[in-house]
Amino acid sequence: MPRRTDLSSVLVIGSGPIVIGQAAEFDYSGTQACRVLREEGLRVILVNSNPATIMTDPDIADATYIEPIDPEVIRSIIAEERPDAILPTLGGQTALNAAVALAEQGVLEEFGVEMIGASLEAIQRAEDRSRFKEVVERVGGESARSVICHSMDECLAAAEELGYPMVVRPSFTMGGLGSGMAYDEDDLRHIAGAGLHYSPTTEVLLEESILGWKEFELELMRDHRDNCVVVCSIENVDPVGVHTGDSVTVAPALTLTDVELQQLRDLGIGIIREVGVDTGGCNVQFAVHPETGRTVVIEMNPRVSRSSALASKATGFPIAKIAARLAIGYSLDEIRNDITGTTPASFEPTLDYVVVKVPRFAFEKFPAADPTLTTTMKSVGEAMALGRSFTEALGKAQRSLDVTASLPDFRGEAPTASEVAALIEQVRTPTDTRLVTIARVLRSAAEGIVDPAETIERLYEATAIDRWFLDQMLQVAEIATRIREAEVLDAPLIMLAKRHGLADDQIGQLRHVDGEVIKGVREALGINPVYKTVDTCAAEFASRTPYHYSTYDQETEVEPRERSAVLILGSGPNRIGQGIEFDYSCVHAALALSRAETEDGLGYETVMVNCNPETVSTDYDIADRLYFEPLTFEDVLEVYEAEKAAGPVAGVIVQLGGQTPLSLARRLQDAGLPILGTDPAAIDAAEDRGEFGAVLARAGLPAPPYGTAWALEDAREVAASVGYPVLVRPSYVLGGRGMEIVYDEEGLVDYVARNLPDGGRAQAPILIDRFLDTAVEIDVDALFDGEDLYVGGIMEHIEEAGIHSGDSACTLPPVSLGEEVIERIRTSTRAIAEGVGVRGLLNVQYALSQDVLYVLEANPRASRTVPFVAKATGVALAQAAALVKIGRSIAQLREQGVLPAQGDGTDLPLDAPIAVKEAVLPFKRFRTADGQAVDSLLGPEMRSTGEVMGLDSTFPLAFAKSQLAIAGQGLPSSGAVFVSVADRDKRGVVLAVARLAALGFEVLTTEGTGRTLRRSGIPCRILRKASQPGTEPSVIDLIESGEVTLVANTPSGTDARADGYAIRAAATSMDIPIITTVQEFQAAVQAIEALPAEPFTVTSLQQHTERLEATRAGCAQ
Amino acid sequence: MTSRTDSAVLILEDGTVVHGTAYGARGARLGEVVFSTGMTGYQETLTDPSYAGQIVVQTAPHIGNTGVNTADMESRRVWVRGYAVREASRTVSNWRSEQSLEDFLAAEDVVGIAGIDTRMITRILREQGSMRGGVFSGDALTRSTEELLAEVRSAPAMAGADFLAEVTIAQPVVLEPEGEVIGTVAALDLGIKGATPRSMLERGLRVHLLPATTTLEELLATEPDALFCSNGPGDPAAADHQVELLRGALDAGLPYFGICLGNQLLGRALGFGTYKLKYGHRGINQPVLDRATGKVEITAHNHGFAVDVPLEGEHTAPHGGGRYGRVVVSHVGLNDDVVEGIRCLDIPAYSVQYHPEAAAGPHDAAYLFDRLAQLVREHRAGSAAGNKES
Repeated sequence: MPRRTDLSSVLVIGSGPIVIGQAAEFDYSGTQACRVLREEGLRVILVNSNPATIMTDPDIADATYIEPIDPEVIRSIIAEERPDAILPTLGGQTALNAAVALAEQGVLEEFGVEMIGASLEAIQRAEDRSRFKEVVERVGGESARSVICHSMDECLAAAEELGYPMVVRPSFTMGGLGSGMAYDEDDLRHIAGAGLHYSPTTEVLLEESILGWKEFELELMRDHRDNCVVVCSIENVDPVGVHTGDSVTVAPALTLTDVELQQLRDLGIGIIREVGVDTGGCNVQFAVHPETGRTVVIEMNPRVSRSSALASKATGFPIAKIAARLAIGYSLDEIRNDITGTTPASFEPTLDYVVVKVPRFAFEKFPAADPTLTTTMKSVGEAMALGRSFTEALGKAQRSLDVTASLPDFRGEAPTASEVAALIEQVRTPTDTRLVTIARVLRSAAEGIVDPAETIERLYEATAIDRWFLDQMLQVAEIATRIREAEVLDAPLIMLAKRHGLADDQIGQLRHVDGEVIKGVREALGINPVYKTVDTCAAEFASRTPYHYSTYDQETEVEPRERSAVLILGSGPNRIGQGIEFDYSCVHAALALSRAETEDGLGYETVMVNCNPETVSTDYDIADRLYFEPLTFEDVLEVYEAEKAAGPVAGVIVQLGGQTPLSLARRLQDAGLPILGTDPAAIDAAEDRGEFGAVLARAGLPAPPYGTAWALEDAREVAASVGYPVLVRPSYVLGGRGMEIVYDEEGLVDYVARNLPDGGRAQAPILIDRFLDTAVEIDVDALFDGEDLYVGGIMEHIEEAGIHSGDSACTLPPVSLGEEVIERIRTSTRAIAEGVGVRGLLNVQYALSQDVLYVLEANPRASRTVPFVAKATGVALAQAAALVKIGRSIAQLREQGVLPAQGDGTDLPLDAPIAVKEAVLPFKRFRTADGQAVDSLLGPEMRSTGEVMGLDSTFPLAFAKSQLAIAGQGLPSSGAVFVSVADRDKRGVVLAVARLAALGFEVLTTEGTGRTLRRSGIPCRILRKASQPGTEPSVIDLIESGEVTLVANTPSGTDARADGYAIRAAATSMDIPIITTVQEFQAAVQAIEALPAEPFTVTSLQQHTERLEATRAGCAQ
Repeated sequence: MTSRTDSAVLILEDGTVVHGTAYGARGARLGEVVFSTGMTGYQETLTDPSYAGQIVVQTAPHIGNTGVNTADMESRRVWVRGYAVREASRTVSNWRSEQSLEDFLAAEDVVGIAGIDTRMITRILREQGSMRGGVFSGDALTRSTEELLAEVRSAPAMAGADFLAEVTIAQPVVLEPEGEVIGTVAALDLGIKGATPRSMLERGLRVHLLPATTTLEELLATEPDALFCSNGPGDPAAADHQVELLRGALDAGLPYFGICLGNQLLGRALGFGTYKLKYGHRGINQPVLDRATGKVEITAHNHGFAVDVPLEGEHTAPHGGGRYGRVVVSHVGLNDDVVEGIRCLDIPAYSVQYHPEAAAGPHDAAYLFDRLAQLVREHRAGSAAGNKES
């Protein structure tokens, strides 16, 4: 049956902001789905609060609502758009939960909207633990023994029966949130207590421990004719106990025989049928006992998941795209396999390569957090690599992480036998560095310090990592030893090393020479990688999709071409500070360049290089050619060489993917690659404080005074001369790492002690900047072609300077900046663009203090805010930037309609909607070693994982929407507010608290703040701090009892730090909105006042853009 | 862990020469070079008699990880002559493993080559079709490449090849199911895999396993309720005796089910031809459409030949003046529209080109054995009713 004719419009629900456990993979799947549905002639309506996504681009859906994914808001959208159907299976757990709520509240029935992809029944059968257990039983499978509990008493009773350790899993949460392993009653109370809270149904499952079993996943698809296929099998290298999102995983499964794999397949198909996923994809997870083969079904997700995105990239089988087609009536055999173009989608991909995914963590951002890996996901991103062997793929994946510490360290001496024993003890606990530690142990085995076979057994006993994987890693260690000990590095040895995934730099480290020397030797010996193709069928059929990966083999498959190629370097694994926003710009570059004309009339061939499986950029549909490769100098250079051999190369774009490709720019240029757009020398100039200072001085622009210090005495002097407070940071890091604000000398001494060990004399100095207290921070994204400047947008931060721009909320258009300031910003931005020599995008951060506009920093590259600006102003800024890089002028782009004919992002009309960007923070994911939530204070170091956009007619409404979009509940309209602020903030909160009291909030406070409030005539209840003696309930007790609906707590430099932390931790654990700056508190109160009694009004991006364009046209006349 | 440092070479008749390391036994093996795309099931592939006389290239890069075990043997020995892989595992990790694959290959005298660009070989075979080749290691390497190539080119081709005498059992064997017996199947062993009688026994069918040279009288003497012809190696055009035997059985009113070669035999018995595919289907991920239900099953394939029946419509079987009535193509391979199954409309006979017994591969087509059990029941009921009437 072809597509259903009774459907003409579909509402697709996105997954909202990027959070741990739900990231860019849903932009990839959602974008694919929307594109497919539109191709099929359906009107697509989309709701997603995340402006950084490709899917929320105005041309992906017919009506795009960047609105909170909240049942009430979606109800308004349904009322407005009246879709025939709702598709909830492509937006992760968020979308599924929203759809379940809409169905249960009767909204779908009220408006006659059909749920497609999965029925409410199927979702409940899959997600409800007890019903799923029955499903597994009915298909002849086994589940781990378990008990479902709804209260702590039930949990304790169940523990008697199951025994410790046991797994605690809350129902209906994503990314394993709130789950964990309980080894004793204390653990159980802790974990199950939180789990009961996080579960929307107050339900947790306690189950027998299957810790250390082998873990597998199958990605399945089913159509309405009951055709089922297994798209991919995935094996977790880390056994059960580590969340699959935090595990190193490999596809296909490598340690099962056909008999065992077919058993999993039969179970998987039985489950998808029994659960009743009629059309679409699902993921089933299994545990297999390593010694007996006893198989237990862990869980299933009746939707597209992180693993399905990985499986799609790993196999070339686009699960989301096909799921969308199945949902509207097609069967698998009616859909073509894109890659071959001739065979149908009703088949199972077969791989002639190995895929390895490694997680990327961000524990360095949360020093207090316990880095032990558990069943709660903690990684913030991932890298994937393909190779013709496990070791090759693993080595490539490890270097794709862009973290030196993730690669085996070959320096120094091998551990001694007793050190080996200690290291083996260490790897019993899974952490982010476990594989590297194992590699160190295996080095001693390879060097004969300990017995290899015995060491494998000891490692297996300690980690339960399959011996096969351990042996593979031992082979790498053996090869490293041979390289270290070889008299000469000959061709067979280099070839062997390359086939097992060693990079030139690693070989260089072993030979004590630079990686480029190894590269020289290698090339002289004629050893270069070849490029194979991901074709779904192990070469059985010809493929027409150039989706390549490198390997060291005989035959290369890169086809010659006539058109000039432009290489676009992506941003690698998502991490805090470099996320989906950069992928957005890369995708736009590919789209813009594939449409751009060239002098020879042929157009460009776009070539994407990236290693992040979650993203839209690594969809083989985006660029003309895709290389799934690490973003290192060696790997990028090889891609360039391969493409140069295939045809002309116009150049490489490095400025859109964030810091990772940018940091390669200089070396690539020195190696002869043509860099398009802003010259690498200019990029360096903006990074170098001296050079950049000179640029500012020439233009007469002020910057905060600063100095550098190598030791404590210098630091004291510099700080005294620039004046406190000061912003201090190590000079060798980027992205706000280690950056702090220090208010006095005592704080400085403390900072120096922590950051310049041995009393100074460090490798690199610390930088000390005057910190502009109470300054308004301003972010600008602009485009410069050498002649004209186009200001994309000016964003006014809500938090004052000192909070990392990525973590602070901002508004566009700015609410409080005057015309004259905006003009100064424009002139200054232009001066910087000219001074640095920008060709393309430029991001500048300013601080407005005492009416002086200070320049904080300038980055001549795509910034995190480009997609937000593009959506708020309705201009495809990233596409324009890509076109400027290939030589188009802003004037031309205005003529061609890529940019508005008149004006720019600074002259939005007065009635233009207000867009508020708000950051989403991951604090509740991280626990300290003793189980507390980590501190939620904001600072100069970025910690947010994603962002949302609130769009409405006024700032308070837009801000209120942004708050609803980041958290489930949004701002409260009644209840009790707890306010406790530092002395310097007391005057600033009085008015706002008074408003809340007038709105009927009960005001709770502590002694110090209470004094100010009482004297200001605000009725308030003064509570005992937890550290103060007494019997009446403390602040913490009240927060934990759920009586408090809003917490405002600003940190004070010195007094009672611990109390403030305890308050914030309690609020974080309880999911109560917590505000830690005065400015955000004021904005929140404004928003609470403006909260409408009725649901929010909703407006699609397309309508917004239309209005803006109409106004612009009106101005032009 | 055996050391694998000595070299080996794979030579194709088109002149392609690939150097790698020796794997398994040392020596020289000639055969038809084919590729198999299964990511699991190398042991089943090696012990599948249909691969007799062939050199198998595994497209999956890691081979041998799970070792070998007695339970997964599809026949009594390895039939593959030569074996080519990318990464041969030097260690074994699986709780059922009894021996390493390398030791097994050496013991079974299979000459292998490892460390080669198997994808390149696959692409050559895809573009140019299956061809003759040789794997050489050990003493065989004392000869020059030219000499070895000449040897490859003088080897017999697969077309017309007859391996049945080699693969079939010497004496009939009776296999009894556990529990109730619903009837008897006479199964002609043309290279049968262990999973096939297992699938029958599980359904209460007694299996008389018969040698390939069994006569009609011997066949009928087992008092079967159905005839089954298995998969097997070589060119179906060479299997004249079995075609005649099958016709006799059909004339005697016996229900028939065939797999792989058994499908080609039915085609020939009905009067259709067979032909050699360019590079055959060998893998466990092949989509086949069951035209009766419209459903797609994922199936295991291992065939280089196919039956030549027009895809669309009903056709009167040409043999014997149409005495077998009408035939339809019941199953079609969706990748390339090859006939994957035929069904007679007027007599109880059906067969498929692929492997419902799986091993290795998915179990999607297991219903075909249920259908056999059903035909056996009906035949029993029919003959019982006939007995009563007489």
